[in-house]
Amino acid sequence: MTALTELTLSQALQQMREGALTSVALTQAYLDRIDQLDDTLHAYLTITRESALAAAKAADQARANGDDRPLLGVPLALKDIFSTRDVETTCGSKILQGYKPVFSATIVERLEAAGMVLLGKLNMDEFAMGSSTENSAYSITRNPWDAGRVPGGSSGGSAAAVSAGMAAGAFGTDTGGSIRQPGAMCGIAALKPSYGRVSRYGVVAFGSSLDCPGPMARTVTDVARLLQVVAGYDPLDSTSMTLDVPDYVAGLTGDIRGLRVGIPKEYFIEGIQPEVEQAVRMAITQFERLGAELIEISLPHTEYSLPTYYLIAPAEASANLARYDGIRFGPRQELGEMWPTYKATRGQGFGAEVKRRIMLGTYALSAGYYDAYYGKAQAVRTLIKRDFDKAFQDVDVIVTPTAPTTAFRIGENTADPLQMYLADIFTLPASLAGICGLNVPCGFDSEGLPIGLQILGAAFDEATVLRAGHAYEQATDWHSRRPML
Amino acid sequence: MTGWKPVIGMEVHAELETHSKMFSACPVVDSVTAPPNTAVDPVSLGLPGTLPVINLQAVEYAMMVGLALNCEIPPVNQFARKSYFYPDLPKGYQISQYDRPLCINGWLDVEVTPEGGEPYTKRVRIRRAHLEEDTGKLTHVAGGSLVDYNRAGVPLLEIVTEPDINSAAEAEAYARTLRSILQYLGVNSGDMSKGVLRVEPNISVMHPDDAEFRTRTEVKNLNSLRVLFRATEAEIERQIGLYESGGEVQQATLGWDENKNRLVVQRVKERADEYRYFPEPDLPILEISRAWVAEVSAKLPELPEAKRARFMDELGLNAYDARVLVMEQAVAHFYEAVLAAGANGKSAANWITGSLFSLMNANGFNREDIEKSKITAQQFAELVKLVDGGALNKGTAATVLNTMWETGADPARIVEEQGLAQVSDTGAIAEAVARVLAENESVVQDYLGGKEKLFGALMGQVMRAMAGKGDPQVIKQTLTDLLEARRG
Repeated sequence: MTALTELTLSQALQQMREGALTSVALTQAYLDRIDQLDDTLHAYLTITRESALAAAKAADQARANGDDRPLLGVPLALKDIFSTRDVETTCGSKILQGYKPVFSATIVERLEAAGMVLLGKLNMDEFAMGSSTENSAYSITRNPWDAGRVPGGSSGGSAAAVSAGMAAGAFGTDTGGSIRQPGAMCGIAALKPSYGRVSRYGVVAFGSSLDCPGPMARTVTDVARLLQVVAGYDPLDSTSMTLDVPDYVAGLTGDIRGLRVGIPKEYFIEGIQPEVEQAVRMAITQFERLGAELIEISLPHTEYSLPTYYLIAPAEASANLARYDGIRFGPRQELGEMWPTYKATRGQGFGAEVKRRIMLGTYALSAGYYDAYYGKAQAVRTLIKRDFDKAFQDVDVIVTPTAPTTAFRIGENTADPLQMYLADIFTLPASLAGICGLNVPCGFDSEGLPIGLQILGAAFDEATVLRAGHAYEQATDWHSRRPML
Repeated sequence: MTGWKPVIGMEVHAELETHSKMFSACPVVDSVTAPPNTAVDPVSLGLPGTLPVINLQAVEYAMMVGLALNCEIPPVNQFARKSYFYPDLPKGYQISQYDRPLCINGWLDVEVTPEGGEPYTKRVRIRRAHLEEDTGKLTHVAGGSLVDYNRAGVPLLEIVTEPDINSAAEAEAYARTLRSILQYLGVNSGDMSKGVLRVEPNISVMHPDDAEFRTRTEVKNLNSLRVLFRATEAEIERQIGLYESGGEVQQATLGWDENKNRLVVQRVKERADEYRYFPEPDLPILEISRAWVAEVSAKLPELPEAKRARFMDELGLNAYDARVLVMEQAVAHFYEAVLAAGANGKSAANWITGSLFSLMNANGFNREDIEKSKITAQQFAELVKLVDGGALNKGTAATVLNTMWETGADPARIVEEQGLAQVSDTGAIAEAVARVLAENESVVQDYLGGKEKLFGALMGQVMRAMAGKGDPQVIKQTLTDLLEARRG
């Protein structure tokens, strides 16, 4: 690893501000690193080399003229779910092969306005449906800590790129854990903001009531810096909130004395990898040492999260994915007549997991089944949300494992969808509740694979979650370990 | 054929004439004339990642219609996704409203004039009116189909009645009255030929012995009120005919074939539609405050029914004139402009509903085109005033009106150029009457001998002698005086 790509986002920014580093040098270092590693890791789907170098050059010139925008010259990469004007956006699917949007997602606009240098687009499970990035229609991303293992998913490309030093930071999306779980498996800081904190406009939809774009980086400070740029109301997203956005970086005081930390018993269950539980318990004692108050809590409806999620998310997806018909964009299997063309276009364009979820969702919404499935799931979702509402009356954050296991082997869970779905068992409840959650590294298992700690906060209280994660990070050095590549 | 009672519920889709589409800032254009796919944006094309934002102007327009139709506006509104695949539906689902529509439980009183029958008033209950987005348009060409998304996402208000309508005349009267209200509210042009207002009757017939409704059919593609009437009548007859001959009515969608002048079956429905409605997760619940409802209510313009009552109360118009003057908003506009220019209300009403409508009919003008003729309201008022002031007699005025229609010239100028001014000068009239009496001695003798009907013939002779310009009242008086003088 070259020195430049070892810098955290905040360090690199500081050096550029001091004139010790140019964006062109930094960008070139990342591009070299991508060239060196990505043939093995397959984190990227598109590398925007030329436009990245041009943007870096422009950033250096702007800085020379006194410009100091928050991300000026910082090389980032984006999950291929974010619409990027004129840059192919596939969402990991054949059905969007060659699709170049005519507009950019709001968060892309905001990152560009803040001075970002875009390195490229990152691999993902097709339409963000998966927990291992094995469902990508293009390639299987490898875990930088062990190339025989998955990086988690669906934002596996984002997690792997950050972990391997192929981007200073990245953005992913989290519908049921797709930022936090790969964050845990790749050993990085990764935040799912509260639903409504970050605009979804231009983010290819999976589960509209669940999808949350969020930052992934090497430190909590970097994550806070990235969130700062993208958070806040967007008039193009009616579900984004008009709440004020606090100064997240300024809130990272390192002081969590008196912080009330909830420990939910439902998250320490049979089937959890013992080393994961051990690391998380150790982390909890670390919080205590930092002056936090530990409180046992109960989130009684936790066990219903998985079935609830797998009714709501596929139901929404079944409608969201109806637009992929080959009529206006994407490849079309032209068979002359309308219905054969539809069937062939969608039949060949979607992968197996996407088809499975479209069928699940279509069934759940069908006349005669709606009340029993979708309707019931919404009712249970309310109960899950109430669990958290109640808990957050007594605690400031809730600490749990992010995933029940460390990264599993490629192919290990592909034959059994249910086993794969269990990888998100600890991240699903917060998604259903719309609250925020941060993964921070909290140890390694005996195979040298990272273990993630999940810190959950009340809706729109990202500041407290980041403060807690940052304080923990300051007190430990798990985050500074990098994979040997 | 006796005993069967038609049972009709109406579904009307009215595009709302907002500046932008239902869920984005994309402009709304005339989708008949605009070049295809020029009024589109990422949202109306349903590009991946796009999200809807509710157009509050459309909500307000829909509320206006709801209030005009005496509906309740529930405080909680929700949009829902209605899923089906078709190339003119960009997202594969239409954002509509399902169990929480904008307007519910209204009614509309419509005046029905059946052919050969007495006019009566019918109350049609409005079940609901909800907001949704329009689809694009497909054009089938040799070798394939073309899609135009200009119309996709245009705000659409679907207004659904209870099955309260029992004849084609009632169906037409309902549609005509509703259209008039939409026009008065300024939310829809009412142009059925362009498809901005689509009226679809759901028709079944009922036998006196029936305990429940029979199978109904839906009739589409009705591009005028006339066609609505004819298609409805034809479908009622078709269904009765089927039952009378031992057949059954199949649930189907029918269309009116303009060329063949008959109904054609477009689609037979073998099972219930499966739209998989669920609440639209991209849009929060829309709360409509009572203050907003009150504000919109206060802004409602005078509606046709109120205007009609005012015309009758304040101007003394009869019910028929008042109705035809308010039914088309353009006619009401014209009439009120004529009044504003100083014409007498009753006279102006007579001249519009009589001579002007005849001229329009003869020249193929629809009522709503009244302001497209060459005659301005100002000129029309001048004509009425010339007649009322005695400067023109009615016969001459009709001639002047014809010339105004042809040339657009001011009536005073036509009168002057053609020397048509009414002669009320008693000297000239006495001279003409004396001449006519002298030239028609035998007729005078017959009249004096008791054939008093001959007065009219003499009257006509004098009018002709004065080239129609003589004041009939003065002529009549003079003729009477001179004839009586002959009696000695």
